Amino acid sequence: MTEAEVDERIRGLIEPFNKKGIDIAPGTTFANDLEFDSLTVMDFVAEIEDEFDIIISMNQQADIENYGQLVSAVHKLQDS
Amino acid sequence: MNDIATPVAAPNGDLLSKFDPLIQTRETLLASGIEDPFNLVMEKVLSPTKAICNGRETILLGTYNYMGMTFDPDVLDAGKQALADFGAGTTGSRVLNGTYQGHKECEDALREFYDMDHAMVFSTGYQANLGIISTIAGKGDYIVLDIDSHASIYDGCAMGRAEVVPFKHNDIEAMEKRLRRIPEGAGKLVVLEGVYSMLGDVAPLKEMIAIAKKYGAMVLVDEAHSMGFIGENGRGVSEEQGVIDDVDFIIGTFSKSVGTVGGFCVSNHPKFDILRLVCRPYVFTASLPPSVVATAATSIRKLQHGANKRAHLWENSKRLHKGLTDLGFQLGTSEPQSAIVAVIMPDLERGAMMWEGLLKEGLYVNLARPPATPANMTLLRCSLCADHSVEEVEAVLGMFERAGKAVGVID
Repeated sequence: MTEAEVDERIRGLIEPFNKKGIDIAPGTTFANDLEFDSLTVMDFVAEIEDEFDIIISMNQQADIENYGQLVSAVHKLQDS
Repeated sequence: MNDIATPVAAPNGDLLSKFDPLIQTRETLLASGIEDPFNLVMEKVLSPTKAICNGRETILLGTYNYMGMTFDPDVLDAGKQALADFGAGTTGSRVLNGTYQGHKECEDALREFYDMDHAMVFSTGYQANLGIISTIAGKGDYIVLDIDSHASIYDGCAMGRAEVVPFKHNDIEAMEKRLRRIPEGAGKLVVLEGVYSMLGDVAPLKEMIAIAKKYGAMVLVDEAHSMGFIGENGRGVSEEQGVIDDVDFIIGTFSKSVGTVGGFCVSNHPKFDILRLVCRPYVFTASLPPSVVATAATSIRKLQHGANKRAHLWENSKRLHKGLTDLGFQLGTSEPQSAIVAVIMPDLERGAMMWEGLLKEGLYVNLARPPATPANMTLLRCSLCADHSVEEVEAVLGMFERAGKAVGVID
């Protein structure tokens, strides 16, 4: 899967979590822009993990602050 | 994906300025005239179920003193004797000068209580989780754990630098999916709790442990909130559900049913004893004082014969659960599953008001709030004691009714 395809699928997954309809750009942050709390993070991560059949450990999550980093991390993970 | 908003940079380099939002929340709450729920002083403790707080006689319903062992005469005698015979403290690590006869006897009592080959006593329950998890699961290993796990479990995971993979609370399928995705050949540890302390609910250990074993994972179960109470011999939820033989490590504490302080791990693993040399939270701290291990050993041996107390504790839990349900409170579980009954509050403000209302009535419960709680809930957490009388539980229900109506939590 190309990074563009990963991006497209994550965009679909993020929609129900994007309650305020924020425009998603690579620099959009989960904590500040999207105001995800820990519960939302857990549910959202679980959706992505199931969609791509990967694990995003908490250690890896700690390094993902914005949307662009997420797409790139998932792209790498589903490739390996 | 950190859920804590990035703090504003400290203008003067004050490292504590990152706590400004919390200081603000706390000040706002206290400005409304509410007593500080995290600064209560017990002026005098009268029994396992009663104390004097702010000059008032108060029923204790939030102490985890499940079996009421804190004032057991045999336990107190053992402690006094050890204090006289062995002194106030060991001043040393377990692996140097800090292992006394009493520490060995305490570990013997644990091995007998759990019918297991090995027992290792730590200075606190927190250190038991911290030490065992960080030592057995290191870099490159995977820890699969329930998202609602206790802070000591998360801290143990972080200290060992294993890959940490949480799954949705008590969700068997979510746990299996994560185990299936772990790379071939990696070390795997599944960490579960018997009773989750926030809502007082029990884990489906039978199903979860079977799946963990199917994927070749080792299993650690924290039975802190079930020891002495759940299971035929009080060994915990894993005993109750018939899977204790499949648990590789049981973690427990002396600060709940046992009635003092300390933590432990019991195991049948043939190489278990090497952990005494490599587990840093065990090695690099002073061992428990002789009086503490003497009280713990005596208490553990008495808990082996505590069937009547266990039965009364269940009655108390059921009575409180039913009474609060009938009054219209929303509880953490629809049926009583443990000695913890969690009352869900609509928000922190009313939770704190209700907590204060109960305290003024003469009742102490735990106020639990985010981030310690699941789903950002505010809880009034009640933990029952086998020494609570039926009359005390009825009195507690009356206090909840009056405070709940005054604060507007119930009609």
